[in-house]
This record gives sequence, structure tokens and C-alpha cells, in this order.
Amino acid sequence: MNTIRKNDLLLIGLGIVVFAVLQGMMTEGLIGAFWKLNIFIICINIILSASLNLINGYTGQFSLGHAGFMAVGAYVGVVLTTNFHWPFLLALVAGGAAAALLGCLIGLPTLRLNGDYLAIATLGLGEIIRIVIMNIQYVGGAAGFTGIPHLTTFPWVFFVMLFTLIVVKNFVNSTHGRACIAIRENEIAAEAMGVNTTKYKVIAFTIGAAFAGVAGGLFAHCFYIINPSSFTFMQSFNYLIMVVMGGLGSLTGSIAGAFVVTFISAALASWPEFRMIIYALALILLMFYRPQGLFGYIELTQIGIIQRLKLKGGHK
Amino acid sequence: MAELLKTNHVSKMFGGLKAVSDFDVYINQGELIGLIGPNGAGKTTAFNLLTGVYQPTSGTITFDGKSLLGMKPYQITQHGIARTFQNIRLFSELSVLDNVKIAYHSHVKYGLLEAVFRMGRYFQEEQEVTEKSLELLKIFKLADKAYETAKNLPYGAQRRLEIARALAAQPKLLLLDEPAAGMNPQETQELMEMIRWIRSQFGLTILLIEHDMSLVMGICERIYVLEYGQIIAHGVPEEIKHNPDVIRAYLGGEA
Ligand SMILES: Nc1ncnc2c1ncn2[C@@H]1O[C@H](COP(=O)(O)OP(=O)(O)OP(=O)(O)O)[C@@H](O)[C@H]1O
Ligand SMILES: [Mg+2]
Repeated sequence: MNTIRKNDLLLIGLGIVVFAVLQGMMTEGLIGAFWKLNIFIICINIILSASLNLINGYTGQFSLGHAGFMAVGAYVGVVLTTNFHWPFLLALVAGGAAAALLGCLIGLPTLRLNGDYLAIATLGLGEIIRIVIMNIQYVGGAAGFTGIPHLTTFPWVFFVMLFTLIVVKNFVNSTHGRACIAIRENEIAAEAMGVNTTKYKVIAFTIGAAFAGVAGGLFAHCFYIINPSSFTFMQSFNYLIMVVMGGLGSLTGSIAGAFVVTFISAALASWPEFRMIIYALALILLMFYRPQGLFGYIELTQIGIIQRLKLKGGHK
Repeated sequence: MAELLKTNHVSKMFGGLKAVSDFDVYINQGELIGLIGPNGAGKTTAFNLLTGVYQPTSGTITFDGKSLLGMKPYQITQHGIARTFQNIRLFSELSVLDNVKIAYHSHVKYGLLEAVFRMGRYFQEEQEVTEKSLELLKIFKLADKAYETAKNLPYGAQRRLEIARALAAQPKLLLLDEPAAGMNPQETQELMEMIRWIRSQFGLTILLIEHDMSLVMGICERIYVLEYGQIIAHGVPEEIKHNPDVIRAYLGGEA
């Protein structure tokens, strides 16, 4: 068991090194403003894809409403910081909590649905959230909410991302995570083994929504203005693509997926019409040659040499 | 002997079809009981009624002094009934070890926060679950395959894994739905010895569905025979073997 704790510390250590390198490059001016913003977005997208993976990849519930939960977190966050001058951390937590509450309330009835029906219900839900926000004049309606303080800094996005990854990783490697994975594998068998499947679907949905809310808060405070059009179902699709491309049920995959998708859309920022074509092509190729995604159900730490070394060590 | 399970006039209708009707059985602590019958007789449906997959149209089911009516399958499992499936239902993409670990779920006490921040009871309980799971796998001769993906196991091994997984839920009553289906005679023989052994080792009560008559006769203490949803005979193997209704049901036509 000590090795688990050691691996955890190693991972955090690695995270801090990556952080220090990137932070150093930013202060030295080696990374320009455009790519700096994109690194922010990659970190935020990793939070979103990892949390969506918890719902879609690990628990096997097809949700398409992630942008909606993100919107809730974003708007609750900006109202609290801009109008009520709450500290950033509290505003982020409140945004996450609001999204979680909504996720839990909506999850209870909708998670009884299966497959396509759940996808349609969550898609509709995301759109309803957006349209409701669009009609609330207090937050600027369709024109958007302006005057947001620029509170999101690199340490914020990076460490919230690291926290998310650790929480999701630890969750899926516990009895609670195994319960969720069992639901994905075979719901009837999971129930027969004593897993309260409804409860665990709602838990996964709620945790996923909470982190989407926090990501929304981080996203909103990168800009002076946000408006509801940033949270359309196309955005939910985007996160789904990251999860599917990276690999369902793999956190390494979520990171890779967020990287690749954000990178492609940033690189093609000046040719938006090509973006969707390249996405589509990438997905078609993936479906042909690697339908399980880049890292389907497998973590980087389980691959090849690393795994072999571990097994040898583990058997002694 | 204390009565562990008792059903009273349990019936299940599927539309106009009476899949199970007036199902009356009792099982005492520690018994090994067989449930046999031709194809479509309603055996699996009876299991599904006992485990909460279906709710009976009428009748009562009492287990360990409590009524099971209205309980969800996971609650019934937590009350002490575990099962295997006729058409194997493993967590097929997961490792053999993880399949068993999942079944310990309702006996693990650490909460969400302890899991997410890896504190408190997390490490201790995880270690216990892993050790117990490996022990079970050893009993079922699967220890060397612990890290293999479940779907890659040979058929017989998958059946054994299902039983190991059901045992991990720590039941009082174990329901086995055709555990020897698709096994060769030698595998079947080994399985039967294993079933007898785990019963005494774990102090289990077992109800098993099986098609292979000789097998059921050899191992079960009492047998219920189901045909068209109704119990047509009940008794010790010797009585069942010579019961004219059973012979007719199995050979077809008039005996
Ligand atoms: N969910 C269901 N809906 C409708 N009919 C069903 C359902 N489940 C079972 N039946 C019907 O109930 C009857 C009993 O089926 P069951 O599966 O219990 O038989 P069985 O004794 O297990 O047969 P076998 O030996 O083939 O496994 C069959 O006629 C079957 O078609
Ligand atoms: Mg059957």
C-alpha cells in the first residue's frame, strides 16, 4: 500500500515540475499571450473532459449536457465575484456547488433513462439552462455579463486541474468508483452484486457536474465578458469529442483528448471552417483504426514497460 | 434446522403467460437444494423473483425472517442472497480480480471523502478487499489469472469466476443458475465437488438450477421439479427419480 502513496506523491511532484517549467516560460516571455490563453483553456478543458469521462467513460451514462453545468458555474461565479466581491475561491466553490445541486436534482429522474434517451434528455437540459440564462436580465441576457474581474491565473487553472485529476483518479480506484465501473460493464450484474446503481449514477453525475461548474468559473474569469453562446450544445459535443478521442474510461485519455482538440482548434483558429472538417476526419479515422480512443480504458501507467516493471515488483 | 427461505403462492404473469404460478418452496439453513425442469419451465424466472429482478404478481417471499417484497436487487443482495446468471454476466472488460472486488462493495465502510483523499479506513480496507479477493480466486483456481481480462478466460473459468464473485458478496443463500452449462463432464464433476466444498467451508445454503439430471441427483438433498411454471414434484432424489410426473415431463408424452 505504501507504493500507492509513493505513486501519488510522485504524481504531485511531477505536476509541480510541469507547473514550474510552464510558469517560468510564461514569466520569461517564451510563451506569448495567444498560447498562454490556450494553455489556460487546455487546463480548463482537461477539467471538463476528466469530469465528463467520469459520467460517460467510467459510469457509462451518455451525457451531453456538460456545457450547461459549466454555464451554471460560470454565471454563479461571475455574479459572486463581480456583484458581491466574494473571494475567487469561494465563488468557484459556490459555482461548483450550484452545478452539482442542479446535476443531482436533474440526475435523479433522467438517469432512469438509458442510452440515446439519456443523451437527448441531457442535451435538452443543457440547452434549457442556456436559454434560461439568456432570459435573465440580471446577468445581461443574450448580450452577456460584462465587467468580470480577470482573476484566473495560471496557478489557479493548473492546480484546480491537478486537484480534479487526483480526485477523479482516487474516486475511480475506490469501491465507489468500482461501483460506477460495474454499472458501465453490466448494470444487472452490478445490482446483483449489491451496488445501488441509481445512487452511483447520481453520484457520478453530481461529481461530474460539480467539476464542470468549477471549470466554468475558471473559464469565465479569463475574460472581461461572457455570454450564453459560449455554452451551446456544440460546446458539449466538443468535450464529448475530447473524451471519446482520448478514450472512454481513461484519465490519460482525457488529458490527451483535451490537448489534441484544444490544440487543433487553436492552430486552426484563423480557418474556423476547416476546424469541423478536421474534427470529423480525425474522428472517422479514429473510429476505423482505434475505436476505443487513444487510451481506451488504459492509463499511461499501465502500458508496456511500466506495467511489466510493476508486475515484477508487485509479485515479490 | 432453521428455515432460511420460504415462498408462499408466488406467481408471476408476463402479459397472459403465467411464467411461475403458486410457487411454494422452503429451504432450511445449510441445505443444498435442486430446482429442475424442462426448458421454459420458469426456473430462471423463479430466481429473478427471489432476487428482486421481478416483483411477484402475487404471493410472499420471506428470507431470514424478513419479507423481500418490494426490495431492489441490491438490497436483497445486501440481505444475504447472491446469485450467478445462466447467460454469464461478468464485468467483461475488467480484470478477474476487479470482478471479485466489486462484489465486496456493500461490505466496505469507507466513505466518499476517505476514498477521494485516501485517508482514514481507505488503505486498510482496500488491502483487505484485495487479499480476500485473491484468496477466493485461489479457491476457484483462478489466482494465476487474477490480472487477466475476464472476457479472455475460457468458458469454464468464467463460470467459476461468477461463483467466486457471488461468494464475495458474502451471502447466506447462494443461487446458481445452471453453473455447469457448457462444461465438459470432467469440469462438471470438479465443479460439483467445489460446490459441496464451499457449502461446508462457508456455511452456505445453496439452491441450484441444473439440466443435468445425474448431477443434480448426485449432489442435492431435496429437489423441486418445475413444469409450465408449476411445481409438479418435490422430494429427495430417490423419490424424484421414480415420480411418474417427472418422467413424463422429461421424456414427453405419457409415461
Ligand atoms: N421478461 C420476460 N417477459 C416475457 N416472458 C418471459 C420473460 N422472462 C421469461 N419469460 C417467459 O417465461 C417462461 C419461463 O422462462 P424461464 O427463463 O424462467 O425458463 P427456464 O426454466 O429458466 O428455462 P431454461 O431451462 O431454458 O433456462 C418462458 O416461456 C419465457 O419465454
Ligand atoms: Mg433458465
